[in-house]
Amino acid sequence: MTDFLQFNGISKGYPGVQALSDISFSVRKGAVHGLMGENGAGKSTLIRLLSGDQSADAGEIRIDGQPQHYCSVRDAFQAGVIVIHQELQLVPELSVAENLWLGRFPGKGGVINSRTLIETVRQKLAEIGIDVDPSTKVGQLSIGERQMVEIAKAVMLDARVIALDEPTSSLSSRESEILFALIAKLKAKGTIILYVSHRLDEIFRLCDSLTVLRDGKLAAHHPDIGQVTRDQIISEMVGREISNIWGYKPREAGAVRLKVRDLSGSKLPVPISFDVRAGEILGFFGLIGAGRSEMTRLVYGADSRRSGTVEVDGVKVAPDSPPQSIRSGMVLCPEDRKHDGIVQGRSIEENIAISSRRHFSPFGILSPRKEADLADTFIARLKVRTPSRKQDIINLSGGNQQKVILGRWLSEQGVKLLIIDEPTRGIDVGAKSEIYEILYDLAAGGMAIVVISSELPEVMGITDRIMVMCQGRVAADIPRTEFDERRILAAALPDTSPVAAAQS
Amino acid sequence: MSSLKKLLLGEQGLVVIFALAFVIVSLTVPNFLTERNMLGLLQSVVTIGIVACTMMFCLASRDFDLSVGSTVAFSGMVAVMASNATGSIILGLLAALVCGGVVGLVNGVVIARFRINALITTLATMQIVRGLALIASDGRAVGINDPAFYQLALSKFFGVPTPIWIMAALFIVFGFVLNRTVFGKNTLAIGGNPEASRLAGVNVITMRIWIFALQGLVCAIAGVLLASRITSGQPNAATGLELSVISACVLGGVSLAGGRAAMTGVIVGVLIMGIAENVMNLLNIQAFYQYVVRGLILLIAVLLDNLRSTAVGRRG
Repeated sequence: MTDFLQFNGISKGYPGVQALSDISFSVRKGAVHGLMGENGAGKSTLIRLLSGDQSADAGEIRIDGQPQHYCSVRDAFQAGVIVIHQELQLVPELSVAENLWLGRFPGKGGVINSRTLIETVRQKLAEIGIDVDPSTKVGQLSIGERQMVEIAKAVMLDARVIALDEPTSSLSSRESEILFALIAKLKAKGTIILYVSHRLDEIFRLCDSLTVLRDGKLAAHHPDIGQVTRDQIISEMVGREISNIWGYKPREAGAVRLKVRDLSGSKLPVPISFDVRAGEILGFFGLIGAGRSEMTRLVYGADSRRSGTVEVDGVKVAPDSPPQSIRSGMVLCPEDRKHDGIVQGRSIEENIAISSRRHFSPFGILSPRKEADLADTFIARLKVRTPSRKQDIINLSGGNQQKVILGRWLSEQGVKLLIIDEPTRGIDVGAKSEIYEILYDLAAGGMAIVVISSELPEVMGITDRIMVMCQGRVAADIPRTEFDERRILAAALPDTSPVAAAQS
Repeated sequence: MSSLKKLLLGEQGLVVIFALAFVIVSLTVPNFLTERNMLGLLQSVVTIGIVACTMMFCLASRDFDLSVGSTVAFSGMVAVMASNATGSIILGLLAALVCGGVVGLVNGVVIARFRINALITTLATMQIVRGLALIASDGRAVGINDPAFYQLALSKFFGVPTPIWIMAALFIVFGFVLNRTVFGKNTLAIGGNPEASRLAGVNVITMRIWIFALQGLVCAIAGVLLASRITSGQPNAATGLELSVISACVLGGVSLAGGRAAMTGVIVGVLIMGIAENVMNLLNIQAFYQYVVRGLILLIAVLLDNLRSTAVGRRG
């Protein structure tokens, strides 16, 4: 049991931020090592240094005792270090086999030997137990399968160290199981897995050892994960005790604010009806593909309705028009922040003011002073961590981006209904509590809130009522007093409720 | 070294390079820094400068417009023919503006409403509109009957020809629109992330249609001024204008990927194109070489831009 992967006194700074300072820890051969920390704690930076994408200001990485001086991703490949990012790096138009060989196609004189190509990959995939046809185009695979292919690519390159950055964030639980089995196999081969995750249950299940980062410093290193408790890790991450991260507060529900009747669209063929009351937090739970996000997009008018009506405070909302929805008092924080939420390349200030500026821009002419005040107000109120309101939003961590989008809507006037899809995906524990706190405050102020989440503990923790969706239908509607993990899960799983499906 | 790098690759890098080039050229090229040459230079960039104002919006919102050259020729043509036919210059100008606006509107509706790629759409309208200009005139230049029409280009205020004033006014107006209005900010937001902007309540379709319609209108202004300067409606006028205008915008730091644009940059881009041409004329460099030089300038500008964005990226 030697220390195979070593970080010695790693430091890295960016203008205005010391992202990492003096990080030292080591990982044994054949270990799955967890890396935890809040967003902005320095995990991503550390992974970036390991991947060769950037180089450290001080300190060194040693593999098998050898100091590594690589300064590009290619060098890192050669050293056997492969990082698998949240955004996968595959070419959708090429087949699985072609993706795995990309950059080093087998063959002579530029002519590809397609049999070698397919067969070697088939062998490799079988060896590590991945059930994917090598001639399928990557674009036709599910996200889970794509991730398997990425890992297979790492195995093909004889990786000695594989770092996985939030691998399960977009996987269903079944896909996650396959991933975990694969990790176990790689571990048996002696590969080091560096596992970055926010999910404590996964960390406890998979990892042998654990490092916790906080504010760019080493908060704790546990060579044996058996000796730590959940609460201990959480307090190491946030630097304070968090007894109950949900902090649920009961509220009185008022009159009906949102009334949805017989709503359907091309991706949601079965009509759906429900109400949300003032002050109520309604949760939508379901597996990926159950139709939750499709439903919210229809309510908000982001996609075209086929049938049905949506009313806010008794007034019908025009279909297919987000601007009209906003004027009716309905706003959406979308699931995919990067694609649907933030406007990259523009400042925090502009991202906050994008919608509400129409209220203080007579004849469409801006008031820079008011816009700046508005941004500063919400940066302070929502505790957005940033050096300045002029910062490009792309430079913020996930939690802070989510807060900016919340700020965008809180700065709007007359918001009656907030729809928030995956409110805390990719967000650390500390920021999670802050976001829940904001939601409770808004609900207490009479807003109706719809929360969509694929994390059951979260939906159960913060909502007043849960509607469970399964295969595009509402499978159950459960008030908080009757919350029961098994009942909710049973309703969400398609196979286990054939009777319910047949009835509706 | 690093401070020089910072200066050249920073926000104002292009302005610095422009100022340097201007000083060097003034000192080395005879007859460059004379009032007459300066006015001639500015007059030579009027068409490019005016059209670049709205092309900037087009590019900033991730769109593209190849039809500007044809629209300039067509609306100039219309202005001349309509004023000859009606005997009223005002009616001629109005007709030109309407025609330019309609071309832009059609572009916008096809691109934004029917979701056809902007490159393809404007490639098609570029040819259609050029065809219309040729059909209307039977392929020949159409002379201006009323000499008052010449006055549009010939008249001067404080010794500076009217077209230059109009160009300057449009620079100011569109600079203001870009930086200080909801329209401008929404344009940049659409270019930054169209789907996020739509979900944030920006009416993306309407915005894009407006941008193209404006582009058509502004082309009509440029077309009228051009017709007045060349004293006739020429169906073959302004060929290749779209490329010069897009070059000037890119030179001025407008990102083809959308979301980034600055009026000062575009003005500098336009002036760099003008100066290069002017200097080559003063030095009696053959016209054929000028194409090569223009192409090289564009390449260098894009390379610089690339360096700049990697420098910015590293900072984040």
